Amino acid sequence: MERANLIYRHTVVTRILHWLNALCVFLVLMSGLQIFNAHPRLYWGEYGANTDTAFIQLGNQHAPGGKAFPPWATVPSWQDLAGGRRWHFFFAWVLVFNSALYLLVSFVNGHVRRDLVPSRAEISPRHLARELWNHLRLKFPFGAAARHYNSLQKLAYLGVIFGLAPMMLITGLTMSPGIDAAAPWLLDLLGGRQSARTLHFLTAMLIVLFIIVHLVMVVLAGPLNELRSMVTGRFEVPPDRTE
Amino acid sequence: MTARILTRRQMLLRGSSVLGGLLLAGCDRLTSAPSFQRVLESAEGLTYRSQRLLQGSGALAREFRESDLSPVFRSNGTSFPDSDLYLRLLENQFADWRLSVGGLVARPLSLPLTALRAMPARRQITRHDCVEGWSAIGKWTGVPLSAVLKLAQVLPHARYVVFHCADSLGGSEAETYYESVDLLDAFHPQTLLAYELNGKPLPVPNGAPLRLRVERQLGYKQAKYIMGLELVAALGGIRGGKGGFWEDRGYEWYAGI
Repeated sequence: MERANLIYRHTVVTRILHWLNALCVFLVLMSGLQIFNAHPRLYWGEYGANTDTAFIQLGNQHAPGGKAFPPWATVPSWQDLAGGRRWHFFFAWVLVFNSALYLLVSFVNGHVRRDLVPSRAEISPRHLARELWNHLRLKFPFGAAARHYNSLQKLAYLGVIFGLAPMMLITGLTMSPGIDAAAPWLLDLLGGRQSARTLHFLTAMLIVLFIIVHLVMVVLAGPLNELRSMVTGRFEVPPDRTE
Repeated sequence: MTARILTRRQMLLRGSSVLGGLLLAGCDRLTSAPSFQRVLESAEGLTYRSQRLLQGSGALAREFRESDLSPVFRSNGTSFPDSDLYLRLLENQFADWRLSVGGLVARPLSLPLTALRAMPARRQITRHDCVEGWSAIGKWTGVPLSAVLKLAQVLPHARYVVFHCADSLGGSEAETYYESVDLLDAFHPQTLLAYELNGKPLPVPNGAPLRLRVERQLGYKQAKYIMGLELVAALGGIRGGKGGFWEDRGYEWYAGI
């Protein structure tokens, strides 16, 4: 194996926080589906209950076994709203601390500026269109270009870190009657508690979509190399090829 | 070369599905382990303290307009308590019902509905949030709990108000519903002993003759069919020891989230 192409890609903080984050995200997602199963209807506005018109409805809560999400997708696997809430709020708190630490470290050590923020050239429509075309043909960067995240990757990571994650937090907080008393402006911002619940669910589904694409890309780009870079930090840059 | 990569891929996929299965089975095992439950429960204290900090001394729950009312205010839990005692009280339209106020108070009370209705009332249109996820907006009329507590003269070492109810969700009559709040919530201006919903006497499914409104917490705190209040210094000695019917069954005592 050619060791000359091995570069140090991820700092130890990024790696630890990545795996802690992965664990927490899976647990809040699956305990969230457990909570959702208790009332698998979503509404728009301030109020919404069984006799009101649903915005989205999954499963049939009145049919036996007609839960919206199956046991393998929920924590705990059996129906247990109280248990699901315990998992959800504990790991939501861990996520808050984990994310705050990640943001602090990543701004201070330059990870955000150096690795995540794309240059002007990288977000030109031409460049993005070419990258998108290459991704669709499953042609991935190699050589010098593979030493850094590509633009689509950067935009996806930035979108999750500064878009979807904060959205999960504020929509989650708006569902809390205690927080609503402390910060009623959240209700105005999101259009009511039931709108916040709907947005919380839809944003969670976007995160699931991100995770699926993320995992598919890891597998397509060389799973062992990618996994190693997130465990030991060492990433083997695919050598230049001449086609 | 291609074959090797595919095998690796299959290995990874199989490996990760085995890992995922183990993780899920692990979560179930952990859920059933009391020591891990205590770890998960530690988040409740953090939530309680941070919410109290953000709320300051008396942040109010949002109050809505008449036009915001839910067309139907659904009920949950017990919709018709079937104990002999309750049926007798209902038959007489609660003329014989008395709210008992006892425990750590200087003046124990026994108040009929007419006495509560004669006290200064508060009317508020608020959102009721069920732990299951749904919300309904209703207009409540009732006596601020603080007024009743002042009348009974709460003793200095009292810390919680316990609400004893007539309904028994647990099946046996010994397992009647009960709830509790701390004195901060008990003396909050929006905390009511409500006897009207949407301008009419409280219907039976919604807790006739009297229910609690503690507007910064979830629906299971809003005890229905209240029979008595008890001021206590600690919750540990009462029933399951967790401060409420659902709390004894795993739900958080602090239901602000």
